[in-house]
Amino acid sequence: MRSEAAEVLDLYRTMVLVRRFEERVYLLFLEGEIPGTVHQYQGQEAVAVGVCSALGRSDWITSTHRPHGHALAKGVSPRAAMAELYGKETGCCRGRGGSMHLGDPDVGMLPAIAIVGGGNTVVTGLGLAFKLRRSQQVAVCFFGEGAANEGAFHEGLNFAAVQRLPVVFVCENNLYGASTAWDRVSLVPSVAARAGAYGVDGRTVDGMDVLAVRQAAIAAVARARAGEGPTLLECTTYRFVGHSRSDARGYRSREEESEWKQRDPIDRLRAQLLDSGEADESGLETLLREVDEVIEDAVGFARASPDPDPAEVLGEVYV
Amino acid sequence: MSEATAGTRRLTVAEALREGIAEEMRRDESVFLIGEDIGIPGGFGGAFGVYLGLTDEFGYERIIDTPISEKAIAGAAVGAALMGMRPIADMQYSDFLFECMDELVNQAAKMRAMSGGRLSAPLVMRAPVGATTRGAQHGQSPESYFAHVPGLKVVCVSDAYHAKGLLKSAIRDDNPVLVFEHKLLYGSKGREQAGGLDPSSEVPMEEYLVPLGQAVVKRPGTDVTIVATHVSLYRSLAVADQLALEAGIQCEVIDPLTLLPLDTGTIWASLRRTGRLVIVHEDTLTGGWGAEVAARAADECLYELEAPIKRVAALDVPIPYAPVLEQAVVPTTERIRAAVLEVCR
Repeated sequence: MRSEAAEVLDLYRTMVLVRRFEERVYLLFLEGEIPGTVHQYQGQEAVAVGVCSALGRSDWITSTHRPHGHALAKGVSPRAAMAELYGKETGCCRGRGGSMHLGDPDVGMLPAIAIVGGGNTVVTGLGLAFKLRRSQQVAVCFFGEGAANEGAFHEGLNFAAVQRLPVVFVCENNLYGASTAWDRVSLVPSVAARAGAYGVDGRTVDGMDVLAVRQAAIAAVARARAGEGPTLLECTTYRFVGHSRSDARGYRSREEESEWKQRDPIDRLRAQLLDSGEADESGLETLLREVDEVIEDAVGFARASPDPDPAEVLGEVYV
Repeated sequence: MSEATAGTRRLTVAEALREGIAEEMRRDESVFLIGEDIGIPGGFGGAFGVYLGLTDEFGYERIIDTPISEKAIAGAAVGAALMGMRPIADMQYSDFLFECMDELVNQAAKMRAMSGGRLSAPLVMRAPVGATTRGAQHGQSPESYFAHVPGLKVVCVSDAYHAKGLLKSAIRDDNPVLVFEHKLLYGSKGREQAGGLDPSSEVPMEEYLVPLGQAVVKRPGTDVTIVATHVSLYRSLAVADQLALEAGIQCEVIDPLTLLPLDTGTIWASLRRTGRLVIVHEDTLTGGWGAEVAARAADECLYELEAPIKRVAALDVPIPYAPVLEQAVVPTTERIRAAVLEVCR
């Protein structure tokens, strides 16, 4: 049994991994090494890391168009994730998925679903399979507050409720759907409040506090495993970066951004670790260096990996 | 009963489908049913009675009645299939498939490719098609939308024997399969509406499968190849009988059974003998699957053609309600006959 202190240090390490991975990816993208577009996760690390720390390897998650953090938190290897961003054969989806479809069945992550709300119905099927097999597995659906205005949100939540499915719906409310502020598209500020309409327990948690997220997720996962049905967990958070690659963020103020950056989930846990004496400066410096080495190794791996063979492009459509 | 031979008996399409489902549920614990009004006690066993009685044997855990939530039905089927279950999902009317296009087209069809071949979604979605004086939103034949989607398989069943054998193959297939059935062919009612059609057939007592992706020649002939599905198949067969008697024209009538993947081998072999092709479907004309068959036939068989390729399809309008208007829209025997005579001029 790992000590709680070791668990907390792991949370810190994984959040740093996500942050540094994203920062490196951003540069690689600007340098033209990574094709397409990227939707990045800086600022929201506490949500993916806190929730996934409450899951076992055999539990599953669905993700969104912003999946890099979910993937690393659920255990997709940085090498396989980075190689996928490069579109390489060694990527977790063999270069067929890309940034918006990161996933790895071996660690319990579907290829991320980049249709807003797409995972909210599919996750019920994961839960249904687990329930029918009595396998004690749990399925988690990550989605943004924007998805709460999709029909799929409502159909998925209601169906999971009436079937008492072992599902946790995790809303990452980062206040903006692309450029559109949440208060422009919902008269009710709380996403969690919508759970009540379906007889589901809805909770709001500080999504900038990984320990609070973890605690709420542990409770929700325990309820799901016990056959008590779904929970809607709304994590209030903020993306420190634009929606996607070329977003200049003209729709929100720099003051608002700087207020949220005061609540940086990594800085917050770092202060707690130092205050409590569970870690010291030099230890955290070492941790950062180790994380960066892992990321550089992943970049080197991705660069050196072969492209997929165009002759095999038809091979994965049908079994 | 006089037609029955040893080891077979006559079943309607609904009975054959029910029997196929029950056999697969007995054979494989991972098969389950999900849909609206399919197992409700005192209910009607699905919109067309296909599931009647199945809860007696399989109970309510494997026959899951859902809210009226087509996206949830399809999404649950996709998710469960990705986890290795074999759901048979039910749409009461194929028109409702448009409610869950994301789940079918973006999720079910693409998960295998997006995962680099690491996952598959072995689900079956059954959906009734066809114009039956229910108007524009309960009368479409939307199979062509799905025949356009790489990653899906699309099956059209027309009689009891093929319905059972194809459904069983669809359930065992590791890919997502949509099975389209025509409302006038279930056999429970509406036979008069269907012009006296009898889609029942001799079905073996013993287990059998009909492979996906293989067409069947329903009537051999030498002068014209007719490719048709569902009710249009029966109307084409009736036209073939008429023209053989009245004009000595021998039509070869082919039921493709699977639209995706399409068995072009069987169709081209026929076309190369007859030199004439008429395609008949109740899906609308523009962009219908007949257009794909025609384009491929032109590509592969043009120099063996004796006449232009003809398509007889529903007119490009929403299906109207008034019976007289509906009959003006769907491919009738008169229109099929005119098309065959035209290519035989």
